[in-house]
Amino acid sequence: MKEIVVLSGKGGTGKTSIVASFAAIAQGKVLADCDVDAADLHLLLKPAVREEKEFWSGQVAFIDRDKCTECGLCQELCRFDAIRDFQVDPVSCEGCGFCYQVCPVDAITMKDSMSGHSFISKTKYGYLCHARLGIAQENSGKLVALVRQNAKLIAERENLDYVITDGPPGIGCPVISSLSGASLVLLVTEPTLSGIHDLERVIGVCRHFRVPVLVCVNKYDLNEGNTRRIESYCGKAGIEVAAKISFDNVMTEAIVQGVPVVEYSDGKVTQQIKKLWQIVGVRLEQ
Amino acid sequence: MIISVASGKGGTGKTLVATSLALSLSANDKVQLLDCDVEEPNANILLRVAMTHSQPVCIPVPRVDEAKCSYCGKCAEVCAYNAIAVIKKKVLVFSELCHGCGACSYLCPESAITEEGREVGIVESGGSGNLELIQGKLNVGEAMAPPVIREAKKYIDSSNIVIIDVPPGTSCPVIEAVEGSDFCVLVTEPTPFGLNDLSLAFEVVRKLTIPCGVIINRVGVGDEEVELYCHREGIPILLKIPLDRNIALLYSKGVPLAEGMPQWREEFLRVFQDIKDIVAANRTAK
Repeated sequence: MKEIVVLSGKGGTGKTSIVASFAAIAQGKVLADCDVDAADLHLLLKPAVREEKEFWSGQVAFIDRDKCTECGLCQELCRFDAIRDFQVDPVSCEGCGFCYQVCPVDAITMKDSMSGHSFISKTKYGYLCHARLGIAQENSGKLVALVRQNAKLIAERENLDYVITDGPPGIGCPVISSLSGASLVLLVTEPTLSGIHDLERVIGVCRHFRVPVLVCVNKYDLNEGNTRRIESYCGKAGIEVAAKISFDNVMTEAIVQGVPVVEYSDGKVTQQIKKLWQIVGVRLEQ
Repeated sequence: MIISVASGKGGTGKTLVATSLALSLSANDKVQLLDCDVEEPNANILLRVAMTHSQPVCIPVPRVDEAKCSYCGKCAEVCAYNAIAVIKKKVLVFSELCHGCGACSYLCPESAITEEGREVGIVESGGSGNLELIQGKLNVGEAMAPPVIREAKKYIDSSNIVIIDVPPGTSCPVIEAVEGSDFCVLVTEPTPFGLNDLSLAFEVVRKLTIPCGVIINRVGVGDEEVELYCHREGIPILLKIPLDRNIALLYSKGVPLAEGMPQWREEFLRVFQDIKDIVAANRTAK
């Protein structure tokens, strides 16, 4: 079983459209949406939820005002400025438990916090593992790890070849959690200076965690000069640019219709994405 | 006045809005732009401000003096992040897991733990005329963005107009960046993805009780659902930016909209006036 993770650094470059298209093209796969705080893949794959689980992770401090003597030690020691006027701001609290440890009158308890939900769903393309982080919650990295774990277990149980994962933007905690140990990362970028800058940083993260990388330039003809810069940068870094996808409104139109673009259109973009999946398949075998 | 620019979904145009708003306002006022998208900071790709000051962001991590250590295991017991372990006559520190809460060093009965800074990112600043740019940058391979955002926000001088470019998503880095704002601009696009992520971002600002307004980018392709949603929820629509290949091309070259198409300056000044009115009305209502 091979796991391919689609990332981009910069948001809005087309990760989800490409993953949804792979869902429609690839045989024998499980889909995973690891963008747990702003998930969109379900809008194209239309899942029917089969299993929903609460995600409990981390703790939040709670001060019992009846016991509290307002000595102020907890406020003084908290490094996250989460305690004001002897009350805990659950949004700022990082659950370290320092206040709980030091309170001289045991007025503080640590309560487990429910920080989201994970789902296993069926779609017409196969299983989808996804999740929803609660608003303003922490521990997105752990929820991402759970989604990946769910997808791998299904792939093993059903003897499927691929886990195809839609990743989050950025380079921080949820991205690291999405890519560590994956078979291959596909980086979707766009020919804008921001896209190039962000691509270079996310390549750095992939290198750091020793995961092989392929690049795809979406909207390549928006600025062909910048596309050549990406190709030249990747050439020097020894990274293959596996596909260039045209700037075409069919991408957006397909999102509005709620279907993968390869099912919405037969045009250039669809052909380019199909070719991309072929190359991904070949690289995964190598 | 502190205005944050957020979105939920990545790539909707936060940085385009933040930079053009800052540039338009800096013609008459002192403006600070904080790039708090520390995983992928892009504002200076458009602004090209010479950075004159740079400061590392460090998390205090434990350093154990084994000469004093009695291997009692208290540090490991109090660490909520499993960042420190005591195995027989050895203390292992996993500094990349450490949140820097300080519990271990404070609670060590032998005073064997001191703290040393571990660099996770930098904050840079520089100015050009009335505009000061402060940019946080997470080091590649690091997971935790919030400490870098916290450090960047220490530069805020609220006698200026302060504009904060917020990372995408709805989890802890977003909260860290948006908290304390007087107003939040939510940038979205007129698609089901844009709508889904806008509704998540709206829940975040509602939870933080920050007044907000919406800017819809790439109007022309897509559907009406975002506008209908805003009307239903009573969220003011501050500005619509059309889908225009020329605007996309300017962005791809790193040219701010307010510079490449100066006619937009008036629009951004009007948006600011509307924001001021909403904030003032809100204060009176309270």
